[in-house]
Order: sequence, then C-alpha cells, then structure tokens
Amino acid sequence: MFSGFMVNAWIVATLVAIVGAAVGFFVVMRGSAFVAHAVPNGSFAGAAGASLIGVNAILGLGVFSVAGALGIGLLGRRGRHDVATALTLVFMLGLGALFLSFNTEYGPQVYSLLFGEVLGISDNQLWPTLMLTCVCLGALAMLWRPLLLASVLPSSAQGLDPFKLELCFLLLVALATAMTVPVVGTALIFSLMIGPAAAARAFTVRPHLALALAVGIALAIVWTAIACSYASDWPVGFFVGVLSASAYTVGRVWSWSRRRGG
Amino acid sequence: MSHVLHVLIEPGFFSSSPVRLALAIGGLVASVAAVVGVFTVIRGQAFAGEALGDIGATGGASAYLAGVPALFGFVGFSVAAAGAMELIGIQRVRGRDLATGIVLGAGFGIAALLLYLGTTYDNTSGATVTILFGAIFDLTSPDLPLVLGFGLIVLVTLAVLYRPLMLASISPELAAARGVRVRLVGAAYLISMAVAVALSAVTIGAILSTALLVGPAAAALRLTTRPGRAIATAAVIGVASTWLGVLLAYDSYDWTVKHDRAWPASFFIVTVVLAVYLIAGWFSQSIRRGRSLSA
Repeated sequence: MFSGFMVNAWIVATLVAIVGAAVGFFVVMRGSAFVAHAVPNGSFAGAAGASLIGVNAILGLGVFSVAGALGIGLLGRRGRHDVATALTLVFMLGLGALFLSFNTEYGPQVYSLLFGEVLGISDNQLWPTLMLTCVCLGALAMLWRPLLLASVLPSSAQGLDPFKLELCFLLLVALATAMTVPVVGTALIFSLMIGPAAAARAFTVRPHLALALAVGIALAIVWTAIACSYASDWPVGFFVGVLSASAYTVGRVWSWSRRRGG
Repeated sequence: MSHVLHVLIEPGFFSSSPVRLALAIGGLVASVAAVVGVFTVIRGQAFAGEALGDIGATGGASAYLAGVPALFGFVGFSVAAAGAMELIGIQRVRGRDLATGIVLGAGFGIAALLLYLGTTYDNTSGATVTILFGAIFDLTSPDLPLVLGFGLIVLVTLAVLYRPLMLASISPELAAARGVRVRLVGAAYLISMAVAVALSAVTIGAILSTALLVGPAAAALRLTTRPGRAIATAAVIGVASTWLGVLLAYDSYDWTVKHDRAWPASFFIVTVVLAVYLIAGWFSQSIRRGRSLSA
C-alpha cells in the first residue's frame, strides 16, 4: 500500500486535503457552496480539451477553472448570482460534452476525471501539484484577514472592493481545483471542500481552531478514502463523498445535542 | 429559396423518426422545465436544481445496473434527494446552500460507485457518458408516454399551488401572515422541481439539466416582471432553444471532416440557452436606458 506508485498518491492526497480544507473554510464562511461546486465541475471540460490537443491535463484544468471563475464573477455582477453560476457551469459542461464527442478513446478517462483515481498520479504531476499548493497557501495567508472580515461582516469591511475580493476568492477556488482534480475528480472536490469545513464549524466558532480542525478532518477523510479504495478497488470519490457527508452529520448531531444539553 | 432551406435544415430532418421523437420529448421536457424554472429563479434555488440533477445521475446509474428504464431511476433518486434536503433544512436561506451541497456530495459519491460497478460488470464505459451528458437521439417511443405523464403531474401540481406558491416565493413573511403553509408549499414545490429536473436529465443529461431549468426562466424574467407572462415566455424560449439545438446537432453531421458523427445536441442546447440569456440581459438593459433617456 505504501510502495512505488502509491507514494505519489499519498503525497498528493495529503496536499489536496490541506488546500481543499483551507479554501473550503472560506467557502463555508461565505456560504458560496454553489461556486465551489461549479468551478471544479466545469473545469472538467478543460481536461477533456487538453487531452484532445495533447497537452497536460493540469494545464487544461487550470485554464478552464480560471475562465469559469472569471465568468461567474463577471456574469454575477449583473443579475442573480446563482443563475450566473448555474449557466456558466452548464456552458462549460456543454463544451466538455463537445470535446468528448470528438475523442473516441476517452470513455474510461472521463470516469476517472469525474470521480478520481489515485493510481493515475505520475511523477511529473507531483511537482506542479506541490507548486500549486504553495501558491494557494501563500495567497490564502495574504488574504486571510480581509477575506475573514468580509466573510463574517460584509458591511464592516470598509475600504475593500467587494468585487475584487470576490474575484480573488474565486481565483483561489480555481487554483485549488486545478490541483485537486487528479485525486478526487471534478465531481467530488467540492465534497472535500465543504464537508470538513462545515463539520469543523459545528464544533468551534474560533476561526483558527476551525481551520485547523477542518484540515485535520479532511486529512482523515482522504487517507481513509485512499486506504479503502486501495483495498476494495472501488472509486476514491465514493469514499470521499460518503465520509464528508458523515463528518458533517456528526458535527450537526454534536452541536444539536449540545444545544439541547446547554 | 428551397436551396437556402436545405442549407439551414438538412434534407431528411423531419422524416427521421429519432429526430421526430427527440423534438417531441425535448419540447415537452423543455416547456415543463421552463415553467418550473420560473419559480426556481424567483426563489433562488438554482443550486438545489443543479444538485437534484446531479443526484439524478445516481438514479440513472442504478437503473442502468438494475435494467429498468432510466427515467424511473432519475425520478426516484431526485425525489428522494429533495426529501433529504428538505429534512436537513433547505427552508432557511442561511445554511441552505450547505445542506444542498452535503446531499449533493453524498449523492455524487454513490453515483461514482454505481457507475463504476456498471462499467466493470458490463464493460461498457459508454454508460457514464450517456447518463451524464444525455443522448437525445437515443430516446425510444415507450419513453414518450412516461415523460408526458410525469410532465402533466408537475404542471397540475404547479397549477393547483400557483397562487400560494407565487406569494410564498416572492414574500415568505407575507404568505405566512396570509395563512399559507409556507413550508408545505415549499416542500411540494421542491418535489415538483425534482421531477422536472429528472425529465430534463433524461433528455440532455444529468449534469446539464440545469440549463433547461434555469436558463429560459432567467432570460424570461429579465424581459418581463409579470409572473404569468414570464412563465409563457420561459416556455417558448425553452422549447425554441431545444429544437434549435436538435436541428444544429442534426446539421452538424456535415461539419466534421469525415462526416461520420454529429456534434452532441446537449452542447448546442446549452449554448443556445446561454446566448438567449445574454441577449435578454442586453435587450432589457437597452430598453431601460431608452426609457430613462425619454423620461
């Protein structure tokens, strides 16, 4: 389980869990679960397109997730935000369907892109992932105070352009997406983002503690998912999705019973 | 004249039976989805619609495994997911997206497993693509009465609930003060939406079904603020986009170099819907600007 190609999987999955949970913390704070679902899911088209013209999938994912983030940000300025998100998402998925139809030998790959495949991580994916992790965490550290302030009390964040901040946040989600896709797949990154963070928020209201707890829960989920997937041969995405939902349920039950008791 | 027509519409378009069926089912589904969608947009539940469609994929995959018509799988799972969301608390605006997201994540995880089992046991990876991205030309004529039946159920439910639902969607407080049971109406609406999304998932695919639900309705609401008119406009836009998409997909046989396959209809439908939404926004803005100039 820890030999050869699996080492890559463990390293990448650990990075993915850290970044996913950290970005997810803000996704939950800002209540933008839909965006966190739309950006990764839409970037699927990028990977399909990248394989069509024969470039690295991470590049395609990166380009499409950034384009999706910008599209949502710009369309959402006028008109309803959730409608803009939904339409950007379906348009990108439609493009994905088009790219897929051009490429006949793509069936199994579609599946692993959507739902993840740990074994598919090669050495030359390792460095880009590591780099993206550093960029993401660095950006997060820089934006920590303004984002936190704007997320908790939007009206008090004076002197900050909310649109710029929103765009920064969307780009952060896009970056996190590009790196997490190879492990859990476009469909379930979002699960990894909001599940642990939402659970952590049920346990504590202090931001630093919640962030640390979210990262811890995410690591536990990803590691368990990989081990189970390795043992059973079932897709990683299944375990990630179910475990995240369970973590959230436990959090909800805990906070509910405490409210009852106190 | 007939030459121009032949360039626009490939010969044989109206005589091909898969195309006729695609037009019939597509039009039916698009109009039901558009009518439901007007309420979805007013209530701000686009994410719930998207999630129900995605979870429908789980149903599609399990129907595929069990060997029953996909439509039953889509409808069954979407309705169950709607119930789960209702239980976790989709009613409160705060935390609503989170509840939707959690149910969606769990549903997607199960979809992953079912699609995996389906492809491993039957060794046909095509199922993943068909369920997720739809196959409008693969619909069969037994599907038509089923789609018609489910569509009628949705429309009748909405017609019965029309006034309380509209009031509860625009102003829940006012509706509650008038004695409308907001939560009950909301739950009934969520289930209708689940059925509508499932229908649309069968046509253009689980993960694209939101396009027919939200797109035409959002475009219509940009053009008019009167509810009745918005519903009619949305239905027209939905049906027109779907038919145009089917037509373009049929024409696209000639666009590829080898003339061996068409571009996916789902892609065209989604693109047309987005274009209509953008044009409607531009149109309504220029009208507003014209009014403020003349005033």
